[in-house]
Amino acid sequence: MAAGIIFAAISGEVDALNNAIFAAAEDAPMLIIELCGMICLWTGLMKIAERSGLVNLIGKALSPIIRRLFPDIPKGHPAFSAIIMNVAANFLGIGNAATPFGLKAMEQLQSLNPDKSRATPSMITFLVLNTSCITLMPTLVISMRVSAESASPAAIVGPTIIASTIGLCFALIFDRLMRAFYYRR
Amino acid sequence: MEAISLYATPVLIIIILVSGVIAKLPLYELFVEGAMEGLEMCVKILPYVLGMLVAIAIFRSSGALEALSVILMPICKLFNIPTEVLPLALMRPLSGSGALGITADIIATEGPDSHAGLLASIMQGSTDTTMYILAVYFGAVGIKKYLYAPTVGLTADMVSFISAAIICNIFFA
Repeated sequence: MAAGIIFAAISGEVDALNNAIFAAAEDAPMLIIELCGMICLWTGLMKIAERSGLVNLIGKALSPIIRRLFPDIPKGHPAFSAIIMNVAANFLGIGNAATPFGLKAMEQLQSLNPDKSRATPSMITFLVLNTSCITLMPTLVISMRVSAESASPAAIVGPTIIASTIGLCFALIFDRLMRAFYYRR
Repeated sequence: MEAISLYATPVLIIIILVSGVIAKLPLYELFVEGAMEGLEMCVKILPYVLGMLVAIAIFRSSGALEALSVILMPICKLFNIPTEVLPLALMRPLSGSGALGITADIIATEGPDSHAGLLASIMQGSTDTTMYILAVYFGAVGIKKYLYAPTVGLTADMVSFISAAIICNIFFA
């Protein structure tokens, strides 16, 4: 921010800068008000999905894949269920629900960790899964496009899923390569 | 693919409602409870969005963005990325609310169906706030040595962005 102001002072466009600052400050609450309805609609629906067991069901479907991704965790360890619930919540685009499960999973993984200040391979795989997780429904982006009167607000869903799938596959492969490289010694 | 995009929202709503009916839940009460949490979220993100919108406005109108874009121009040219989307690619791994502010700004100024608007929408949806997630999750259990986690996370973000650009060119040519 400061760098921008200094840059503007040098290039002598302070007048345009002032207008831009006031316009942007005015836009922010308007933007939130426009978004608010769609955000509330989805958080409301997701609450139902959480309680009805739909999130759990998706978790069960994902469980065989998850087990393969974390060979270091002993069978039947409670870390698995927390990881599965976290991934299921991410998959449905409910970040608020994903975070509590994620933190629980980290605690469980930490209990298996011999050096408490150092990340374990399973922790890194888990976080990589979180940072590049596939979202089935980018609800927030769609609501923004609706309020901007897009001709086809949901047209980006397909491309978004493809792009995030490519990112996720790359992340998991790269994670395995880095792990092999790191623990070669 | 167009049809999948079109039917995704209504079908998902029906599935959620049916699952609630099967589980014999008080649908309306739960919906209101969840929607209230959404409202709280809106209030919480307002200061972030405001701060980011002002910061971006300064960054943009000052000419600093053009200076940075010139440096990254060859990469953009290669993948046909509009320069307006560059700040988003730089911000996305660092700050979720910041990236949201930039996406909102691109959609508002360039239009939701413009090349920049479409690409920004895809980029916003296809990755997450890598550095924030690492800081929160590792921080919560007291891990100080992240090892190769940031390398993998940030490289994966870059791969996602470039594939988003390529896919955008294919889908919306």
